[in-house]
Amino acid sequence: MTATFAFWLFAITLLTGGLLVITSKNPVHSVLWLIVCFFNAAGLFILLGAEFLAMLLVIVYVGAVAVLFLFVVMMLDIDFRALRRGTLQNLPLGLFVAGVILVETLLVASGWQAGQGVIIHEALAGPPPGMSNTQWIGSQLYTRYVFVFSMSGLILLAAMIGAIVLTHRRRVGVRKQDIGVQVARTPAGTVQTARPALGEGVKL
Amino acid sequence: MIGLSHYLAVSAALFVLGVFGIFLNRRNIIIILMSLELILLSVNINLVAFSAFLHQVHGQIFAMFVLTVAAGEAAIGLAILVIYFRNRGTVAVDQADLMKG
Repeated sequence: MTATFAFWLFAITLLTGGLLVITSKNPVHSVLWLIVCFFNAAGLFILLGAEFLAMLLVIVYVGAVAVLFLFVVMMLDIDFRALRRGTLQNLPLGLFVAGVILVETLLVASGWQAGQGVIIHEALAGPPPGMSNTQWIGSQLYTRYVFVFSMSGLILLAAMIGAIVLTHRRRVGVRKQDIGVQVARTPAGTVQTARPALGEGVKL
Repeated sequence: MIGLSHYLAVSAALFVLGVFGIFLNRRNIIIILMSLELILLSVNINLVAFSAFLHQVHGQIFAMFVLTVAAGEAAIGLAILVIYFRNRGTVAVDQADLMKG
């Protein structure tokens, strides 16, 4: 009973949040509704028994991706009202495509039957006895999927290098430390000795 | 009783919301990227629902990989957005084809 109520609560809040993400006038509000969506999806994951993924969703999506969005939205000085001009002319086409996809996917989801030999259980089941959800994921992730796991690490590395290379710029007029120039300095080029006469200064 | 099809329906509706968001905010690339996040989130819900009702863990592992790709995509997309804004002074992407050499 509680699980049914929680499912509808999370599902309805998730879809309302999704609708508000795409219809908000202010992108900051969009990002905040996106965070609502992520939290409710994490709630659905907990209902499904995927606690590790739910926590990962909160940490990675809310903690990193949503904050990144918020950072970019607030850092750039964008006139969002000008961007909304002419959006309504796409509305009929968008509604049509969205309606077609919705009807198709709902038809598939309602009329779908599992293939032969595939058992769809009525009730949820957790991991094997003596294992938590996290251990269950780890036992497969680090054995069977270890190659894919390393490749996903490479994807993150490529994304990091790409983001740095794209956004890094060399500014002119800023004094920056140049290690090569520092190391190449010799006393001959930079130090001079002077023996000034009494009472006279040193001319540099 | 909440079954597999309930989760599939929620996932389908969220996916459609993401697609509709791309149409609705065709000029604003920030909202487009957020719509992509919604689409990937709906895919994750689908994978985890199947994983739970099939009593297998593989769906959850694939959802983790989708999460990885989504994080990388957001980082690269926002980096491109920042340099586009730096060059053009706007994030309206309906004239982005002017960039071709």
